[in-house]
Amino acid sequence: MSEAAHAAMARRNPLARLWNDKESRQVIIQIISFVLIFAFFFMMVRNAVINLEAIGKDISLKFLWQPSSYDINQSLIEYSSRSSHFRAMIVGILNTLLVAVFGIALATILGFLLGISRLSKNWIINKMAYVYIEYVRNVPVLLHILLVHGMIINLLPLPRASLTIGDGAFLNNRGFFVPKPDFEPLFLAVAALFLGGVAFAFWFRKYARMVQDQSGKHYPVFWICLAAVAGVPLLAYFVLGAPITWEIPELQGFNYKGGMVLRPEFIALWLALSIYTAAFIGEIVRAGISAVDWGQNEAASALGITRGRTLHLVVIPQALRIIVPPLTSQYLNLTKNSSLAIAIGYMDIVATIGGISLNQTGREMECMALVLALYLVFSLLISAFMNWYNRRIKLVER
Amino acid sequence: MPETEKTHAELAVKIEAMHKWYGQFHVLKNINLQVRRGERIVICGPSGSGKSTMIRCINRLEEHQQGDIIVDGVELTNDLKNIETIRKEVGMVFQHFNLFPHLTVLENCTLAPIWVRKSPKAEAVATAMEYLERVQIPEQAHKFPGQLSGGQQQRVAIARSLCMNPRIMLFDEPTSALDPEMIKEVLDVMVELAQEGMTMLCVTHEMGFAKTVANRVIFMDEGEIIEENSPDQFFDHPEHERTKLFLSQILSH
Repeated sequence: MSEAAHAAMARRNPLARLWNDKESRQVIIQIISFVLIFAFFFMMVRNAVINLEAIGKDISLKFLWQPSSYDINQSLIEYSSRSSHFRAMIVGILNTLLVAVFGIALATILGFLLGISRLSKNWIINKMAYVYIEYVRNVPVLLHILLVHGMIINLLPLPRASLTIGDGAFLNNRGFFVPKPDFEPLFLAVAALFLGGVAFAFWFRKYARMVQDQSGKHYPVFWICLAAVAGVPLLAYFVLGAPITWEIPELQGFNYKGGMVLRPEFIALWLALSIYTAAFIGEIVRAGISAVDWGQNEAASALGITRGRTLHLVVIPQALRIIVPPLTSQYLNLTKNSSLAIAIGYMDIVATIGGISLNQTGREMECMALVLALYLVFSLLISAFMNWYNRRIKLVER
Repeated sequence: MPETEKTHAELAVKIEAMHKWYGQFHVLKNINLQVRRGERIVICGPSGSGKSTMIRCINRLEEHQQGDIIVDGVELTNDLKNIETIRKEVGMVFQHFNLFPHLTVLENCTLAPIWVRKSPKAEAVATAMEYLERVQIPEQAHKFPGQLSGGQQQRVAIARSLCMNPRIMLFDEPTSALDPEMIKEVLDVMVELAQEGMTMLCVTHEMGFAKTVANRVIFMDEGEIIEENSPDQFFDHPEHERTKLFLSQILSH
């Protein structure tokens, strides 16, 4: 610092000097922000405590162990109206997770197909994907949910006139009824073969890699693994005389009984969330693949690498690093959008603990805090997983 | 037809009456060029003259619409098998290197030998290390392209091509994207390659390189081959007016 600058600084008062110094200004701003944020939250909590006290309420989670006294139409675990609110919450969590996991899986498959179709040179495929994406992503997801639900309820026939698929599956406006498998002891052999096949596939991939490294010989790894995992167990299933008896749903009174059922609410929510999110994933995939420099394709072609191998060895690994972060956001969106389930009566977290339990017990603070915490945990878990994956495929730069 | 096969085998590249259009735009007009085995050709000309497009036709990165291109005795048509065969034998070095950024230097060099030539990994690695030593960067083998300088990246790109044991090498302005102090290290590698008898077609403005190694210099303008001569004749006694103008522009400073 020059003499003149020193002198100029010395003339100011000490506070102004602190404020004009780059480092101390940063510290001051951080202290002020911290105090303001802390004060805000303190005020909120104090406000809540005072108000709850005024109407004679406390904060307690004891209500969770009281009987819930309401029914839930879809439950993955045993549940009745005599079960506790806590158990109702678990049912809700499982239902949310069920639709989120299935939704993410279907949206990813659909999305990748859409993204690749948008890059296709085939005019019809390209434009079909374009129309799909532009229509779907410009309509609110709630409308998609209501539309699919409405179509199932209004367009599908009554149970009496069910659409029959194959010998034992029935589709009507009460849901999709499929036979329930009843395993005979011999089926254990098929299951064992399947597990063996999976283990073999893992081993064979390593083995094929080793053979390729040593001798340059390429095995058709995909087909051999497919045969081991699916082919052999399927063959054994028929050789052993199909050791599964199917419990076929039967029409009794107004509806089907027995078998397994996918309820209209689940189907509607699952399909609508997948259809909607797939449009966004399609655009993300398209952007990711387009963002890989065309020179990469040319370099691979010039080396004689075939088109399919170029995609698999050169383009996709680079596109993934662009695709993964926004894909994470879409997975989070889908999971959180599943809370719109309440519109069609799918019993998820919001409908159980954040809905009926809240209304019956009047514990809105506790219930909303629980719902909030649960979504937060799910979202952070998905983020953590995707960040881990992203780090694994990240490019090494200088 | 043993007769034609023999002439084909002697000629590394034979282009006859070749035309190419981008839509309405006539980029390449009636190109005729014969390159013998072991010959080194330098192609120069103003930007937009079609010189890059022409050499990119030789490994079918660009399609031509009329005329014939025969590379190493194989005619380039829509036959995908033929294109694959030719690409295995023809190496290419690009202006912007086009290394695979997600693979290490070594993996860049072994990718095609492993997946196209189906060589065992150990063999591919040994070959790659040999070529990396020849371009003098074996110590960078386990780094990623993003960690190297431009000159080093271009040398890796040359090594990557050589790992496929090509019979013909195409260079598309290999030094144009480099800082001046890195041009020499890349040219040195190319000169050495030329001295070993590799058939080479280079699009470049490095006139010193053309004088040292080229058997012939080709001058293109507006999609046509204007002049074709030995380097001495080309630089000292250019025939065509456009050639004179071009040379005066690039040699004047």
